Amino acid sequence: MSVDKSTVMRISQLARIEVAEGDQDKLADELDNILTWVEQLNEVDTEGVAPMSSGLPGAVLPQREDLVSAGNRQPDILRNAPDSRSGFFVVPKVIE
Amino acid sequence: MSELTALTIAEALKGLKAREYTAEELTEEHIKSIEAARDLNAFVLETPDQAIEDARASDVRRAGGEVGALEGIPLGIKDLFCTKDIRTTACSHILDNFVPSYESFVTEKLRAAGATFLGKTNLDEFAMGSSNETSYFGPVRNPWGQAVDDPGLVPGGSSGGSASAVAAGLCLGATGTDTGGSIRQPAAFCGIVGMKPTYGRCSRWGIVAFASSLDQAGPMTRTVKDAAIMLGAMAGFDENDSTSSQNVIPDLEACLGQDIKGLRIGIPREYRVEGMDQEIETLWAKGARWLEEQGAEVIEISLPKTKYALPTYYIIAPAEASSNLARYDGMRFGLRVDGQNLEETYMKTRAEGFGAEVRRRVLIGTYVLSAGYYDAYYLKAQKVRRIISEEFASAFDQVDAVLTPTAPTPAFSQGAKTDDLISMYLNDVFTVPASLAGLPAISIPAGLSSQGLPLGLQLITRAFDESTLFRVAGALEEAAGWSPRPLRYQGS
Repeated sequence: MSVDKSTVMRISQLARIEVAEGDQDKLADELDNILTWVEQLNEVDTEGVAPMSSGLPGAVLPQREDLVSAGNRQPDILRNAPDSRSGFFVVPKVIE
Repeated sequence: MSELTALTIAEALKGLKAREYTAEELTEEHIKSIEAARDLNAFVLETPDQAIEDARASDVRRAGGEVGALEGIPLGIKDLFCTKDIRTTACSHILDNFVPSYESFVTEKLRAAGATFLGKTNLDEFAMGSSNETSYFGPVRNPWGQAVDDPGLVPGGSSGGSASAVAAGLCLGATGTDTGGSIRQPAAFCGIVGMKPTYGRCSRWGIVAFASSLDQAGPMTRTVKDAAIMLGAMAGFDENDSTSSQNVIPDLEACLGQDIKGLRIGIPREYRVEGMDQEIETLWAKGARWLEEQGAEVIEISLPKTKYALPTYYIIAPAEASSNLARYDGMRFGLRVDGQNLEETYMKTRAEGFGAEVRRRVLIGTYVLSAGYYDAYYLKAQKVRRIISEEFASAFDQVDAVLTPTAPTPAFSQGAKTDDLISMYLNDVFTVPASLAGLPAISIPAGLSSQGLPLGLQLITRAFDESTLFRVAGALEEAAGWSPRPLRYQGS
């Protein structure tokens, strides 16, 4: 498969990362290069193999009671906000 | 550099115990050493006042008979670990003003063990890189560069600042994190010991996430013994990390000095890759002989799918990264670049906040997870990951440890591999397989290249078998006869 400019624009939209017009060709080449290289995995027969999604095979994720373990830390949470007012995050207008 | 910065952690603990010097003196000497070596760019934030305050508190504790496992030991902390009230950036522009209101589990444990923190060490942005050239704060220099007249020699990555600092005597040890080799490869490039524990040994809580099924913290030190001491203080169960292991870490220091008679060491034939330096192959054979001479049985083994580990990693790690890094949207913390509307604000914030390599990996990750490509790339890679993991499991039916080189070449010059992404990725060809399988592994400085640069050998053992790992590592270290003393780095 080959990655072209329109693919770059599509995934840059999905990833919410602006790619300047002038960088699109170079990026398409770079991504194409990497994706072509990883496609060698198609040589491996994986018929009937279960995907491994954990850091160690057979890991079981624990469960706990759904209880509040920490809270009332509004100043901590807002500490690094680019913009906040009266205990709220201030964000750009979402609905036009 | 003074004598105090040339100590190992074990020696410093002894000297502190014998009251030969105080933690404050030890810390002061390291602060001076950091100031004199700023051109290495190993630290992105120095915290000397905090360090002195911590050291004084340590001296008081010691006087009162309260002595932790790292009491009074000055460390460097990779700037991927959140440190309460101390700026933490992952060396990314998107976080360059971020001040956490909490402490990572690992650094909390190190503090509780009595360590003092000298500052935050440089890394590749979000730990994505193998040469420390992608940091927003600029590249790190390898102190070995002065030995070969190449001031721009890279320290490896992503834990390049930590590796450079330990090698140059700026701290007695440092924390690193390893996703595909980010502790082991820079350790090899800088002539120090770097250890990646079994996945789950060290809590990931409070470590800026890159690829959650692979990320693991570990120690970077000058000796195997120091790594054992430090890992003992870092590891442990944490209910805030659902993948944290409840297995108790064994006494690793006690494993050192035990003989290795009868242990079976595997040499995987598939690790003889194209493009590997001849002298690395020679050192590898020498390492096998050293272990044989001490009574181990060396066996050739096969890990047939080794060549597929790297492409598997370069699907899984970017996929997880694209998901983890979705949180950097400019709304609740970090950089915000205003656009005409919300959508544009996201797009501009992330374009400006992430560097080129991070952008590339997020885009690759987004692609392999996107509709129509998920099965062909991501699911396929997860299946190959299972096969690689199972091949290790079968190999460990025959052997107790696996010996390989750590990296296919010694350290290289800045800019040497930045234009060819795949050649940069190939740095991790020997370290990525153990990461995918979640296995513990360690890199030990074992010799010098003809050019005079350090070379490392890697050992890998079964999951949670750090005991055997340290036992063999101790034997290998002794046979290699590497001097644990830091370089006499002269700032230029």
